[in-house]
Amino acid sequence: MNETHVLIIVVAVIFTNNILLSNFLGMCSFLACSRQIDTAVGLGSAVTFVMTFTTALNYLIYRHLLLPGGLEHLTFIVFIAVIAGFTQFVEMFVERFTPKLYYALGIFLPLIAVNCAILGAALFMVIRNYTFVQSVGFGFGGGAGWALAIILMAGLRRKMGYSNVPRPFQGVAITMVVTGVMALAFMGFAGMVSIQ
Amino acid sequence: MASSGPQTCGPCQGKGLATFKAGVWRENPISIQILGICSTLAVTGRLENAFVMGGALIFVTTMSNLFISLLRSFTPRGIRMIAEMAVIATFVILFDQFLKAFYWEMSKQLGPYVGLIITNCILMGRAEAFALQNPPLVSMVDGLANGLGYAAVLAIIGFIREMLGTGNVLGHAVLPAEWYVPNQLMILAPGAFIALGFLIALSNAVRSHEPGQGRP
Repeated sequence: MNETHVLIIVVAVIFTNNILLSNFLGMCSFLACSRQIDTAVGLGSAVTFVMTFTTALNYLIYRHLLLPGGLEHLTFIVFIAVIAGFTQFVEMFVERFTPKLYYALGIFLPLIAVNCAILGAALFMVIRNYTFVQSVGFGFGGGAGWALAIILMAGLRRKMGYSNVPRPFQGVAITMVVTGVMALAFMGFAGMVSIQ
Repeated sequence: MASSGPQTCGPCQGKGLATFKAGVWRENPISIQILGICSTLAVTGRLENAFVMGGALIFVTTMSNLFISLLRSFTPRGIRMIAEMAVIATFVILFDQFLKAFYWEMSKQLGPYVGLIITNCILMGRAEAFALQNPPLVSMVDGLANGLGYAAVLAIIGFIREMLGTGNVLGHAVLPAEWYVPNQLMILAPGAFIALGFLIALSNAVRSHEPGQGRP
């Protein structure tokens, strides 16, 4: 078992081991949806929500179903099914009961099913041997860290709209370079806390 | 069977070569379609890892495109995503188990990124955009070409990052230690983003000089 305190995991996964900036997870939707701050906030909170719950759910399934049954080779397919099923369920639930939230979050939910950060968080949880509480913390922190990164990026991209970017760099290339600089800035947090 | 390249594609209705070229260069999955960025960044710290990941993607895209295309007339539209996921996950699991059985060290180094091939957008993208509308053989060529295009970019980035980051490539000293101080940053996360950013910019610059290929 991994001995790290859950709060350390939460802080580490937001700042020092940011799931996007140091593990490169969830880049596709990061690049596609970071144009506007509103969108970024919506997607970021949806990811945080789904990641917290699916990591917990996947933990329970992995520990109590797959591991005792010797079915580890099915891990990937089960995890992805849980994530897709959960997002589908949440979408229907939110649409039925809180239409307001549905319009804020709902449109992002299908996108999340294939967001690799969610599956990545579940896989990291398995590899690092987290306990249940640690997994929930990791899922929540991972989502929050991802949300932080995409919201910051949306702000930077709005600023970039006014700057004169060289032609070949326009679009994705400059976003990538700026993300690199942001990752560099986040490396400043290294040493504050560390998890492996 | 990776051997069914463009030349053996009589049954592809002559679309084989064009499909192949599109996948590798004109619509390269990474530099043009901007798909599959996560693994591109994550595994390219070492060239060796980049090769293995490229191989994995070639295998999975080729096979999943073939099978999704074979199944396309029986798959109801409503559940096609799940069906695609299942096919893709099957091949990823096959590759993962193979790696775990024969190359344990490599499997540990790649960590979660082998499993993450499932959510690699290239696979879903090609399945949705190509394999669902086209016959099996030409879909297979499309998968192979996209896999190759991906592997090529991975190899280039892996080469640059390992060379600048450590001075060595695949264990051979390339930049002599006498005058080159390895820039550790290149093998860390920021180096990955910056290297890929510059590579995409370079490919944009090259493309804008090709006749009739100007990018907006």
